[in-house]
Amino acid sequence: MAEVTAGTAPEKKKKRGRPSAVRLLMNNTLAAGGLVVLCLVILLALAAPLLPLPNPDVTAPANRLQPLFAEGHLLGTDALGRDILSRLIWGTRVSLAVGISATLIAAFFGSLIGLVAGYAGGRVDNLMMRGIDMIMAFPYILLALAIVAALGPGLLNALYAIAVVNIPFFARNIRGITVGLSRREFVDAARLSGKSNAQILFMEILPNVLPVIIITMSTTIGWMILETAGLSFLGLGAQPPQADLGSMLGDGRKILFTAPHVSIVPGLMIFVLVMSINLLGDGVRDVLDPRLKSGALSRPVARTAVTRTNVPDVRPKTGTTLDMQGLKTEFHVGGDIYKAVGGVDLKLKQGECLGLVGESGSGKSVTAMSIMGLVPTPPGRIVDGVALLEGDDLFSMTDEQVRQLRGSVVSHVFQDPLSTLHPLFTVGDQLVEAIQAHQPLSSADAQKKAADLLAMVRIPNPAERLKAYPHELSGGMRQRVCIAMALANDARMIIADEPTTALDVTVQAQVLSLLATLRKEHNVAILFITHDFGVVSAICDRVAVMYAGKIVETGTTDEILSAPAHPYTSRLIACVPVLGEPGRRLDAIEGRPPVVNNLPEGCAFAARCPKAQPDCRSGEIPLAEMSEGRAVRCLYPETKEPIDA
Amino acid sequence: MGAYIAKRLLAAIPVIFGLSIIVFVIMAMIPGDPALAILGSFATPENVEKLNRDLGLDKPMVQQYFIWLGNMFHGDFGRSYTLNRPVIDEVLERFSATLILAGPALLLCSIFGLLAGIVSAVRQYGWADKVITFIVLIGISTPSFWLGLLLILVFAVKIKLFPPSGMWAIYGGGDLPDLLAHLTLPALTLAVVATGVIARLTRTSMLEVLRQDYIRTARAKGISERRVIYKHAFKAALVSVVPVIGIQAGFVLGGAVYIETVFQWPGIGSMLVKAISTRDILLVQGGVLVVATAYVLFNLIVDVVQTILDPRLR
Ligand code: SF4
Repeated sequence: MAEVTAGTAPEKKKKRGRPSAVRLLMNNTLAAGGLVVLCLVILLALAAPLLPLPNPDVTAPANRLQPLFAEGHLLGTDALGRDILSRLIWGTRVSLAVGISATLIAAFFGSLIGLVAGYAGGRVDNLMMRGIDMIMAFPYILLALAIVAALGPGLLNALYAIAVVNIPFFARNIRGITVGLSRREFVDAARLSGKSNAQILFMEILPNVLPVIIITMSTTIGWMILETAGLSFLGLGAQPPQADLGSMLGDGRKILFTAPHVSIVPGLMIFVLVMSINLLGDGVRDVLDPRLKSGALSRPVARTAVTRTNVPDVRPKTGTTLDMQGLKTEFHVGGDIYKAVGGVDLKLKQGECLGLVGESGSGKSVTAMSIMGLVPTPPGRIVDGVALLEGDDLFSMTDEQVRQLRGSVVSHVFQDPLSTLHPLFTVGDQLVEAIQAHQPLSSADAQKKAADLLAMVRIPNPAERLKAYPHELSGGMRQRVCIAMALANDARMIIADEPTTALDVTVQAQVLSLLATLRKEHNVAILFITHDFGVVSAICDRVAVMYAGKIVETGTTDEILSAPAHPYTSRLIACVPVLGEPGRRLDAIEGRPPVVNNLPEGCAFAARCPKAQPDCRSGEIPLAEMSEGRAVRCLYPETKEPIDA
Repeated sequence: MGAYIAKRLLAAIPVIFGLSIIVFVIMAMIPGDPALAILGSFATPENVEKLNRDLGLDKPMVQQYFIWLGNMFHGDFGRSYTLNRPVIDEVLERFSATLILAGPALLLCSIFGLLAGIVSAVRQYGWADKVITFIVLIGISTPSFWLGLLLILVFAVKIKLFPPSGMWAIYGGGDLPDLLAHLTLPALTLAVVATGVIARLTRTSMLEVLRQDYIRTARAKGISERRVIYKHAFKAALVSVVPVIGIQAGFVLGGAVYIETVFQWPGIGSMLVKAISTRDILLVQGGVLVVATAYVLFNLIVDVVQTILDPRLR
């Protein structure tokens, strides 16, 4: 235990130094900077009447076009001798007011449309959204121009125009959320309690969509300030003597060459204003976006990071294809460390099929994906152990060495062939690519080989099928393609991660028997990951059962199926799906596996084990050898009971 | 494929109808006597009455709309009273100038946006990513009309690298190099915002795609990481970026209004601005309709590209 705490503390410190944390911090600094600048600008605009500024509209022809830092005019004067600083602050006031008002109007009407359309559904929804689509079919500014053209130039009309063209953004966002919400139970409950539609819409649904409205506002407000300023710049918004930042810029443009500061200064102000709003908005979005928090938007690198503090010294044994010892793989998410794999040994002989069995979350897939470095980093990393592939440690190889082994010596078959095949390339392209990655074949030869491979996995019309896209094939066909791809370069080991789980039962049987045959024909070793003992019995020679990141029992398939030693194994076996009772599966074991960032002391299965004793909950329980090649991690194994009794 | 395109074409028809209705309704919002608005303040009563009859303004709204639409259909957009020439001639002439500006701008923002987005995603959290992200944010926050002025000041006034305005040199010129020289600054300015939007989206899409199962499959095949990123991930990301390029085309067309005014480019944007201030309503109406229709048609092309990219849509 002491060791674990000692191990976690420095890890956490290191974590803070990781790029993701740095970036989050940097983003927050930027966002904070944006907030400060925005507040300053708003304060300045609000305080305009209180500040000792000259009247922004008083002209002084004698004093015209004073440069920056002129006496009494910090930012100089414009073509009519008016003080630019004063005009800037008053203009900012106008621009802010117009931008905020336009946002509020667009938010109000857009949200209203979205709420009503989403809640009413059917015809009303269809009609309203068609209308919204029509507005969106216009190039953005163009519609605003048409509206201004009809209403006539003027600040208020520009404001309306910009508000109208932004209504669709709100309507669409809010409608999407409302559609989802109006199917929820609390809405039904409100309806049953006799509330009117209006009451439900505004008392029940509105509070729930409010955050979305606010987020949409924060993303559009900068844009609306820009666009209203733009209309004023074109002379279609604020009319003299009224001035906003845009019209100041427009006026200054006429004397750009002689007095650039007259137009540059107000433009700079617009930029500062919009930039600070965008910085703030981005920061807020980054913090709120759950995808960023969970790391779902961080790019996984080509190979799992290996951060072993010490490299165990192991002697390679001859005759084994894979010899993995003490593998530990962790996921670092936020400040938490999930110990997905906590020290796993696996041995796989040439031509042998080893089943790695466990519930989802047991760490079986992570174990298998760690071998060739396919666990996504971030957040995954291999922190301990070795994996000897025919004697060479995969974890000490260079990325290039691993790449050359992938798909040639070791290949993979994954679970759901629809998501694991690239949807935008034909099956043939993907097969040819796999072949050419490791064999210097011409395109024509590779095509021929690809067709042969498809024939080998019993796909009829192979030459035709090469032109098919994955979505055009059935699930079973797709998985056959994946198997063909795995055999493209005469692999000596296949890592098959639940290859039949996504298929229906009859197809499952076909794919299994195909795999079993090919395995014999090609003498290829298979690491077969599954949660299903029914599948195990069909193909595996030996079995390793995993629970909470550790192996809890190993042995030959016969031994384990006939006399499971670990209470977990025996329950798993009891859960083999029964024909005609598809519901009876693994989840029939009561309780859930423990979360691997907070493993209990002692046996991880204790909470669900009917035989748990107090001593099960303390100390490390070793994987005790029962006989040659058979071991169990349990203080009270099942097999002992009959003997004791 | 052909059937799909035909289907899309048919679907565009109601959209164009919808556009025309919106434009018609907006024009009907004009306060006061439309004929007066169309003819301007110097109109004689006889002219006003004649125009009222020509426009069918004495008839009910719906009928008016169909008369109006029928005229449009025959290419009769009316006559501009300020220019004293058929609206359609002026609009088409100006619109081709806008296309010369907007086309390269769209190309630029697509190329730079995609590149920046990919680099940003591949170097996620690295310095390149940070720099790009920040520049993109600046680009999105900069008023394009102001940026145009800055570029003129720097590259046309300080360093006399490009002409400050117009489409052709007043004396001589008229050839491609002349056009390119005039085109560079406005096209760049026009591309800035859209580049930022496309870069942002490309980055996010790439990051999402790189976590997909089929990317893991590609890596499990042992192909080079380059190929994984530029072939497998990029193509998949493109599927979500292409529609956004379509939307950006709308922003580029709209943004042309500012840029054409700043650079005095004789395009449809600067025409519209002038027409609005001179209350040349028929010209505004014609210009808006033509640009909006072109935009719908462009998005049709985007749809088709999308289907070519993604076989699942066929
Ligand atoms: S060690 Fe104890 S709690 Fe764990 S499986 Fe064995 S009997 Fe059950």
